[in-house]
Amino acid sequence: MTKVAIIGVGMTKFGEYWEKSYRGLIQEAGVKAIRDAGVSGKDINAIYGGSMTPGLFVEQEHTSALMADYTGLSGIPATRVEAACASGGLALREAYLSIKSSEYDVVVAGGVEKMTDASTYSAIVALSGAGDQEWESFHGATFPALYALMARRHMLEYGTTEEQMAQVAVKNHHNGFLNPNAQFHSKITVKDVMNSGSVATPLKLLDCSPITDGAAAIVLASEKKAKEFTDKPVWIIGSGQASDTLALHDRKSLSRTDAAILAGKRAYEEAKVKPSDIDIAEVHDCFTIAEILAIEALGFCKIGEGGKLTEKGETALKGRIPVNTSGGLKAKGHPVGATGIAQAVEVALQLRGEADKRQVKNAKIGLTHNVGGSGATCAVHIFKND
Amino acid sequence: MTEKIPIHWRLIPQRYNLIGTECRTCGEKFFPPRDWCPKCRRKGIIHEFKFSGKGEVYSYSVVHVPPAGFEFLKPYVLGIIKLREGPLVTAQVVDCKPDDVKIGKKVSLVFRKIIADGDAGIIRYGYKFKLV
Amino acid sequence: MKIGIVSYGAYVPKYRIRTGEIARVWGENAKRVSSGLMVYEKSVPALDEDTATISVEASRNAVEHAGINPKEIGAIYVGSESHPYAVKPTATIVAAAIGASPDLTAADYEFACKAGTAAMQTCMGLAKADYIKYGLAIGADTSQGKPGDALEYTASAGGAAFIIGTKNIIAEILDTYSYTTDTPDFWRREGEEFPQHGSRFTGDPAYFKHVVSASKRIMEKNKLKPEDFKYVVFHQPNGKFPLRAASILGFEKKQVELGLLTPYIGNTYSGSSPLGLARVLDDAKAGDLILLTSYGSGAGSDSFVIRVEKENEKRRNKKRVQRYVDNKEYVDYAIYAKIKGKIKEVGLQK
Repeated sequence: MTKVAIIGVGMTKFGEYWEKSYRGLIQEAGVKAIRDAGVSGKDINAIYGGSMTPGLFVEQEHTSALMADYTGLSGIPATRVEAACASGGLALREAYLSIKSSEYDVVVAGGVEKMTDASTYSAIVALSGAGDQEWESFHGATFPALYALMARRHMLEYGTTEEQMAQVAVKNHHNGFLNPNAQFHSKITVKDVMNSGSVATPLKLLDCSPITDGAAAIVLASEKKAKEFTDKPVWIIGSGQASDTLALHDRKSLSRTDAAILAGKRAYEEAKVKPSDIDIAEVHDCFTIAEILAIEALGFCKIGEGGKLTEKGETALKGRIPVNTSGGLKAKGHPVGATGIAQAVEVALQLRGEADKRQVKNAKIGLTHNVGGSGATCAVHIFKND
Repeated sequence: MTEKIPIHWRLIPQRYNLIGTECRTCGEKFFPPRDWCPKCRRKGIIHEFKFSGKGEVYSYSVVHVPPAGFEFLKPYVLGIIKLREGPLVTAQVVDCKPDDVKIGKKVSLVFRKIIADGDAGIIRYGYKFKLV
Repeated sequence: MKIGIVSYGAYVPKYRIRTGEIARVWGENAKRVSSGLMVYEKSVPALDEDTATISVEASRNAVEHAGINPKEIGAIYVGSESHPYAVKPTATIVAAAIGASPDLTAADYEFACKAGTAAMQTCMGLAKADYIKYGLAIGADTSQGKPGDALEYTASAGGAAFIIGTKNIIAEILDTYSYTTDTPDFWRREGEEFPQHGSRFTGDPAYFKHVVSASKRIMEKNKLKPEDFKYVVFHQPNGKFPLRAASILGFEKKQVELGLLTPYIGNTYSGSSPLGLARVLDDAKAGDLILLTSYGSGAGSDSFVIRVEKENEKRRNKKRVQRYVDNKEYVDYAIYAKIKGKIKEVGLQK
């Protein structure tokens, strides 16, 4: 067993890119990360790549081989990891475990999704594969609708308001404005969110993360190798993963994400830190309510208090626990398979002091939280700098 | 296009008649049906169980941006219904104005068209609920 | 051995469109149309309803009313002119939806508006010959009216189901008689969306000839006169034809009124006279005699003499027809056109 560190990061700009292809995105992010790490191709032992459904978006499966091929690394073990929107987080964990177990020394963990080659209706159908096809999607349950069902229970049980949820989007847009790689560089107000048109009540257009193209990659190394390549290693000190029922209606509660609670617990235990030790967190805000559920699950506040915590400004850039300094999925964009890796990129930049205008002062310990579907999978990672 | 015919055919008893299962060891009822009780595991004795179709609204959302095929149904109400016998199920709530739906309102089962596979393919029927 | 109706069930969709609203679109005089037809509004099925869903709801009501185990139903026939498939029977969908066993015979019938009563006759034969214990006969439709045509004011949606058997009957069917000829009054070729009809030809040589002949003949055979009947239910393409048929045959208006639903729900085609019968049974008392004469274009009439048993008063149907008639919400022509598939490409399909 050995410690594992991030020694390099890279990502494409996130957005709607007609001229960029699936394989082009992989190449761009991969090359950036490898250059940032200062490693060369022959140093890399394996690739784990997350991608939710290239089969439906670009009619391409077997993307593991594609990733190795187009980054010029054919020959090394390449594995595609899939858990809907948690594909990236799981790819990160698989890469981490492969080094921790001493099987490999240097591994690339990447994530990619090319969502704009299919029509919007097809994209909605493709994304519905993250839910239960036979018992949810079949009946007309879209992703926004599933999170809306959770939001309504949260509002009933804890008094969370639509305005509190809107504030998540406002905050994340404020942060995204400062992130050159974010899809949106627009500041919005609570009123903008409230007037943005219903998608699935109570969620409106600006409560929902967008359809995005993008890729991100990080290079991980064992303790020995890390010291060879960098003097600013970002150590992965905790990794937790958990699953829950596929369908929302089979969960024990609709106003809580148990997989996130479990994954968080496992990561905190391994890292030997508490929620109050976290200086910056990138969480899975596919919808505004999802961020509220996340900060509750991760213990930044009590269950039910996520709306209030947000309203008080405690999760803002200058708040007690800055959440989604990158702009989150809402403003940065959500190329599904890439998100889990992009979150790690942001935390690494923060812990290396390279987050520019978004920098959280003295950030020492960071956390990423990546969710699949309506909460059926969750991967939480905790990072620390030297 | 003749898509996924066996998948939908296998689910007819569930979709038409809410046929689920119950674990006679612990008494828990499952819909969708489970052949394996998560609590009792190998001690569970599983039997078929037909749900009454009565329940109440546990959560709901009015969908304004539907997936392909449901465009002309919008806005429609997607609900999670708590069946009288315990389980929660995802289904549309019909024959009412979206504003009429509230958490806690009683519903009962109706038999409706869910979606057709194009204009020449199989019509898939299934469960929806109406306010009573 | 007595053969009769064990139970029945009805279903009428919730939405309605007023005759006046349709008249407005085509530039007709609303009052003249509605009083001319004696139809004030008609039922409109929702986008996710069709003849199969209507048949299932009516059948489920009939099974509940009977209190029988659906696995004892040995035959299911669905009569309609708007079966969802040209090939693949509605009857098997109904069978699955009511929890019937595979031990049954089934088929779909078409005979314009009398397909449901033809289904009743078939079930009678099978039950009386002891081939089956119970038979389920359904008449249901989601009929289409050609935009701007007279029939658009009346073509509506609804259905009724009857369980036929020899035990625990709420009404005995004393006799049935049919009068059938090759008369081209109203038809629809395969693949065509809307039917065509012979205008005034649909009156005397078609509807009246068959309804009157069948009714007269069955009364003669059974040595009965109009005044012997408490109620008479005719096929009701509009509010006026049944009243005129009654007058020709010597019945009084009050005998027809209870079962005359078309003025409020339109012509449910294969569901028309079956729904009228169901309405009557909701109120009929022991000993009441009912004459039921359906009519299907093409053409033919099925006539039945029905005597209500005490059981009908003991086992009243909780899902009364009037409740379905009264449970309504109005739509305008635009929504009506959208729901009824009159706008190209609009439907509930991928």
